[in-house]
Amino acid sequence: MPTDRPNTAELVEAVREFLSDHVAPNVEGQLAFHTRVAVNALAIVERTLAQGGAMDAAELVRLKDLLKQNGDLEELNAELSRAIRAGEMDDRKDALLAHLRQTAEDKIALANPRYLTKRG
Amino acid sequence: MLWGRPRTFFSRVVAGEFQTMTAGMTKNKAEIQTEILADVLHDRVGQVYGPGTGIDGLVRLSGGASRETWSFDALLPGGGRKPLILKRDPLDEQTDTQLIEGEVRLGVDRWTEGRLMQLAGEVGVPVPEVPFFLDADDRTSAGFVMQRLEGEALGRRILREDAYAEARPKLAFQCGEAAARLHGIAAENLPPLPVLPVAAALDYNRDVVDSFKQPHAGFEYAFHWLRERLELAGDRLGLVHGDYRNGNLLVDGQGLAGVLDWELGHLGNPLNDLGWICIRAWRYGYYDKPVGGFGEVAELLDGYEAGGGARVSLEALHFWEVFGCMRWGVICMTLAFTHISGRERSVEKVSIGRRAVEGEYDMLQLVD
Repeated sequence: MPTDRPNTAELVEAVREFLSDHVAPNVEGQLAFHTRVAVNALAIVERTLAQGGAMDAAELVRLKDLLKQNGDLEELNAELSRAIRAGEMDDRKDALLAHLRQTAEDKIALANPRYLTKRG
Repeated sequence: MLWGRPRTFFSRVVAGEFQTMTAGMTKNKAEIQTEILADVLHDRVGQVYGPGTGIDGLVRLSGGASRETWSFDALLPGGGRKPLILKRDPLDEQTDTQLIEGEVRLGVDRWTEGRLMQLAGEVGVPVPEVPFFLDADDRTSAGFVMQRLEGEALGRRILREDAYAEARPKLAFQCGEAAARLHGIAAENLPPLPVLPVAAALDYNRDVVDSFKQPHAGFEYAFHWLRERLELAGDRLGLVHGDYRNGNLLVDGQGLAGVLDWELGHLGNPLNDLGWICIRAWRYGYYDKPVGGFGEVAELLDGYEAGGGARVSLEALHFWEVFGCMRWGVICMTLAFTHISGRERSVEKVSIGRRAVEGEYDMLQLVD
């Protein structure tokens, strides 16, 4: 991935600002709605670029610890899903739930951080 | 296609072949479709309300690839108007993509949907009257016509606007009451419906997730948790509305005016509807009101009893809330995969995929 500026995050930010500052005020109806949706999607990408790497690393550590095996994120998530379905995680339920809750919280922090500020 | 209907005429309209039908005038596809529909409706209101009945103000309400809804008035021969809504299947072949959207592949046809509303009305559920149906023929797809009631169906507005301030405190009770009545419709009176007992409903959602080829530990946990607690769900089998939530409720100044969108109606565990209306997705920010953002669980369950329903245990409701959170997450993913698979490219649909985690997160707060 090129590291020259503008870097990836700066390009995405520029497109998001263009959509929200220049397109959104000049469209209406369905197009305005879809513009807001597009702005939100780019904001998710920006948050993922900034925080996703650290979250992935932490998730991988938790998965290795939980499953007592090595692998990458995709492999270990597939294995965890299989083990849950097979009932093989029932003896580690508390650790499993703690992991799943942390993972979901991280994903929401990227997708819609406001969701975490209010409990419902 | 789940239901057959003649295609030839519409595909020619879609192709623009009819743009030069009228001498000296060019009409676009939408105008031609509107004219054809006006003729169809004119014929039908004549049969239903008597010769000389006219129609006025025909206008399409929903755009895009969804089911078509149209608004119009029937002009009665003796004077007076009947404000009506038509809901019909889409005409265009390409809009059939919606069949796999959400859970629509479980959905019933328009005749069944309209019939369920009639039956619900007969047992005292607030619903728009359904005076007549359209059969699919060479001029139209299948549809049904319902009374156009005054009120608001957008969840956010119902929760926010002053016009509904008096309605809001009544809604949870009224929703419980209406649910009990629709759940109590005798099975022998119902039209043929998809049958989805709790275990089958769970399998259905797991199969949908499997079809994405994206193992998902959070949803696996939900499937496992629910599977181990099936006895909490209860073994009742009856009419389930299938999408009973703030967003499908028509509300006026006095309270619940109509229960809408019956196309996911099926035979299943009726408590599914009560769990569904309680999930956070329909609270639109009003998180302290578990029922649709407007009311309390106790009000919902009191209303359910007042409407003739059995007392619902909090354990059973809890099961169905967990189920509802899972289901919401699965619907979000399904919408995203309609885009990813190329069936319908849409920034809205792909983005909603990232909301799947909201259902997952809520579910994980509710389970042990």
